[in-house]
Amino acid sequence: MKRAFGLAAVAALATSAALAETVAPTNVALVDGVIKTSLTGQPGDAGVGRKVFANRKQGNCLACHTNSDLSEEIFHGEVGPPMDGVADRWSEGELRAIVTNSKQVFEDTIMPAFYIESGYERPLEKFAGKSILSAQQVEDVVAYLMTLKEE
Amino acid sequence: MNLKLWITVAASCLSTAALAQDSNKLVIEGEALVTETAAPAHMENVDTIYSGWRFRSSETQALETDDFDNPGFVFLDQGVDLFEKVDGSEGKACASCHEDIEDFAGLRTQLPRVQDGKLASMEDLVNECRTERMGAKPWKWSGGQMTAMTGLIGLQSRGMPVNVEIDGEAAPFWEKGKELYYTRVGQLDMACSNCHENNFGVMIRADHLSQGQINGFPTYRLKNAKLNSIHARFKGCMKNIRAEPFKEGGDEFKALELYLASRGQGLSVETPSVRN
Ligand code: HEC
Ligand code: HEC
Repeated sequence: MKRAFGLAAVAALATSAALAETVAPTNVALVDGVIKTSLTGQPGDAGVGRKVFANRKQGNCLACHTNSDLSEEIFHGEVGPPMDGVADRWSEGELRAIVTNSKQVFEDTIMPAFYIESGYERPLEKFAGKSILSAQQVEDVVAYLMTLKEE
Repeated sequence: MNLKLWITVAASCLSTAALAQDSNKLVIEGEALVTETAAPAHMENVDTIYSGWRFRSSETQALETDDFDNPGFVFLDQGVDLFEKVDGSEGKACASCHEDIEDFAGLRTQLPRVQDGKLASMEDLVNECRTERMGAKPWKWSGGQMTAMTGLIGLQSRGMPVNVEIDGEAAPFWEKGKELYYTRVGQLDMACSNCHENNFGVMIRADHLSQGQINGFPTYRLKNAKLNSIHARFKGCMKNIRAEPFKEGGDEFKALELYLASRGQGLSVETPSVRN
């Protein structure tokens, strides 16, 4: 049953040109802390990315990062650096790498890798083999982070 | 919320992360408890250990200072009834063998401990009496009857310093617990140490991260309005990082319990503590 469904899903993917360009987590080219091009071949939507950033079931980035742009949300975590002006400090390609797999950018970091689907132990069954965010959600978050400029 | 203020507060918290837990003194019913002391020698990365009480809001803290206000005592009263209640094929109650509950003073500080080559938590000791000596059914590890009983027994040690054995026969269990503490798990790929050793004193969204000490268990949580076992808390933390939890009462959680207890050597037993 599951397998048949999987095949159907693959077939559906193949017929959709836009989705066909999505890079699978294992094929992401993260070189020297940079991922040069969009994971989906499409630009991200900063408005959607802002929601993904705050949503506890999606990015939940706010759990660890303060962000003045989201002042309507009352609780901001302080585990990582503030996000204010983050686009002044990092390029788009670097931000894409940080969100995709922070562990390849910051050694031993607590920050989760948001676009890997293996390499972690004992996942709850419903998350096994999955990435925390989809490729498009990563692009949306990156597009959003690019709006966080102070200069 | 005033934005500038928030940022300033956040920034100042970051710069004083180690001092972020407040310095209130915990006095319960006139007795002063130790909520801060030098870390035991085996802890390589931490100098000072703190009870989780130090990281809670002043409202939550206040609930623990007065047994009348502490909602955990409602459940301990049920424990008193259970202690007297005859159950099982032998026609016995706990009280048939244990005349005075106060004789359990000090027990909480030493658990878990090795018995017959196995690591035993307080829940194991309670269930051993039920099945072996009373001919009664074992209680569920984190069920209401069990937490009422472990809470009542734990209370007899309140104010005494945690002092678990970690050498000799206990050593292999302790090593295993230590390994689990530092192993990343779950889709979020985090270890207990990532939050409770590297980031205590820091806010993670709405939560003020503590050192994850277990000296106050079973603990009454405002969140679910009941007493919570140590293993249920471990399970909750694992699920939060999207990890498949180990079994309550299983070897992994017992080893982790011993290791965590040892990270709290010298802190006062606070059972039943109040947390959010
Ligand atoms: C559990 C904590 C945690 C979560 C959740 C988290 N981060 Fe991070 N993040 C960190 C930490 C810690 C660092 C600093 C790097 C290090 O570990 O040394 C960091 C660094 C960063 C940086 C570099 C910032 C700078 O100024 O150097 C960016 C950008 C970033 N994170 C974005 C995100 C986004 C976007 C999300 C959600 C999709 C997210 N983070 C989720 C903990 C987290
Ligand atoms: C993503 C962060 C995170 C990770 C990883 C984590 N915890 Fe927690 N833990 C929390 C938060 C948040 C709380 C509630 C606030 C507090 O007491 O720190 C908590 C509370 C606790 C408490 C209760 C402390 C008290 O005083 O009542 C214990 C015990 C605990 N954790 C143990 C563990 C163990 C064992 C692990 C690893 C299996 C673990 N935690 C992993 C975030 C985490």
